[in-house]
Amino acid sequence: MSTLTALRDVTFERNLSLRKLKGKIFEIIAFFAILLGIAMLLTLLIDVFLDGLPWLSTKLFTEFPSRFPDRAGLRSALQGSLWLMVLTAALAIPIGVGAGIYLEEFAPQNRITRFIEINVANLAGVPSIIYGLLGLGLFVRQLGLGRTLIAGAMTMALLVLPIIIVTTREAIRAVPQSIRQAALALGATDWEVSRDHVLVYSAPAILTGIILAMSRAIGETAPLITIGALTYIAFDPKGPFDIFTVLPIQIFNWISLPQSDFHGLAAAGIIILLAVLLSMNALAIWLRNRLLIRW
Amino acid sequence: MGMGRNQTRPIPCVKEGKLQMATTIQSLTTQNHRKRDRERKIIRGLTFFFALVSVGTTAGIIYELLKETVLFFQEVSILEFFTDTRWTPLFASKRFGVLPLVNGTLLVAAGAMLVAVPLGLLAAIFLSEYASERMRKILKPILEILAGIPTVVYGYFALLFITPILRDLFPETQIFNAASASIAMGFMILPLMASVSEDALSAVPRSLREAAYAMGATKFETATQVVLPAALSGVAAAFILAVSRAIGETMIVAIAAGQQPKLTLNPLQSIETMTAYIVQVSLGDTPHQSIAYKTIFAVGMLLFGMTLIMNIISYFVTKRFREKYE
Repeated sequence: MSTLTALRDVTFERNLSLRKLKGKIFEIIAFFAILLGIAMLLTLLIDVFLDGLPWLSTKLFTEFPSRFPDRAGLRSALQGSLWLMVLTAALAIPIGVGAGIYLEEFAPQNRITRFIEINVANLAGVPSIIYGLLGLGLFVRQLGLGRTLIAGAMTMALLVLPIIIVTTREAIRAVPQSIRQAALALGATDWEVSRDHVLVYSAPAILTGIILAMSRAIGETAPLITIGALTYIAFDPKGPFDIFTVLPIQIFNWISLPQSDFHGLAAAGIIILLAVLLSMNALAIWLRNRLLIRW
Repeated sequence: MGMGRNQTRPIPCVKEGKLQMATTIQSLTTQNHRKRDRERKIIRGLTFFFALVSVGTTAGIIYELLKETVLFFQEVSILEFFTDTRWTPLFASKRFGVLPLVNGTLLVAAGAMLVAVPLGLLAAIFLSEYASERMRKILKPILEILAGIPTVVYGYFALLFITPILRDLFPETQIFNAASASIAMGFMILPLMASVSEDALSAVPRSLREAAYAMGATKFETATQVVLPAALSGVAAAFILAVSRAIGETMIVAIAAGQQPKLTLNPLQSIETMTAYIVQVSLGDTPHQSIAYKTIFAVGMLLFGMTLIMNIISYFVTKRFREKYE
């Protein structure tokens, strides 16, 4: 009997160390999955930097696109992107934050509210190119705005709206109920509670969400191609009703050309795009760390 | 009772006795209250209208897509659209079989899933079950950067970095091919797969893990035989969301996968996806009333329908999984 137990113990011990070894191997493989993702990210960044660095110059900021790589620049694309961001922000921020406030603070618990919520959730999953088709059919054709900055900005605003609404709601939800109750007890209306208390406390988090939404918009290409933003613009856009191009479209255009010089230019454009995105994200992180109130 | 900024006006005329004063305050309060109530109602109405914009967007998408799709099907039979095996609307001899585009879309998406699902799932298990809090705080944001890089950059990377490597490995690889787009897209989707799965794994109650440990299971056995099955519906939701994202992804395939709609399962060949076709037509100068203009809406409608169904499925799967453990 005792020999049998001892034997069993030995097999169990051997089995156990095998089982533990299996677990160790799995842990290492799983860790390598993450490392592989990070390695891919680094490879991408290094590849783009090596390709683009020789082409990075101040000329990119001052010259219009050209069929000669030495003279080609991003001037109209950068201005187009800047215009588009300002117009998109002007449209999307009030609507998105307003809708977020409504859904979180004012909305009654009923079917209409539920329907709106499902809508927002679903819109977040609609491919961006579908927004492009909406913009093409509705803003460019039906409203007759043409392939202008304002049509692009309206399309982009609808695209980032779900992001702003969702982050606004999360930010508002983080404000403790006691703040609202205190203000309500002193006789404030629900709007005064939202304006003077909830929005003040949640502003940093809302701002972070807005920056993230804008960084999504600045890199979007497909919907703007669909509404017909052009690839060759050789003048400075003067207002919302001008035709335009943006940074990612100019990059796409240069990638599509067969000459490798243009690929270098595209990589240089990507470096600028990534630098803009990086600074926006750094700003968002800084805001979150500095201003965010933890309850 | 005026609050804060509303109490700026001094109360007039107090010398005529207490009653007088009370009435004045009363009437002022009522006046003030009315003003504040009006403001409140206006804001409520306005923000309700803003919230309705999202409903309007959905309605607008469906209306615009349907309008042109209906016009399209007046010229092309639905049967041809779904059964013909050739897609040549831009050529002289026009054929309108959408299957090659669907084939291209699914081929690239399947390839992307081959990269994103195993890596994303492993990453999720590591982050949720193995990584220390500090490690997770460092690794997760770095991984998320992958999702924040614009897709046009992935397109560049696929065409000018991945494709040359593939051509060295497999000389028969075409310059534009499905595989390079799949690989780049897989890494783009990895963070989505990882973070949604991780949320599901982390939501599994601690008691389940402790029960497994008490039964003598190792950490690995607990993670793969207890935690993972318990979180399966959440992982399934992550998978469906990832597929939906892959199907709708545009710039990577427009740059790297080519413009040749064909029925093939060979990822080294040049293909065309639904999204890349829409880009191709949009880049050309397509007249408003032409059949080519209508095709992009018909293809868009199909794409919208496919992603919508997947989003609905993932919504219900997630809902079920939430009810289970909260």
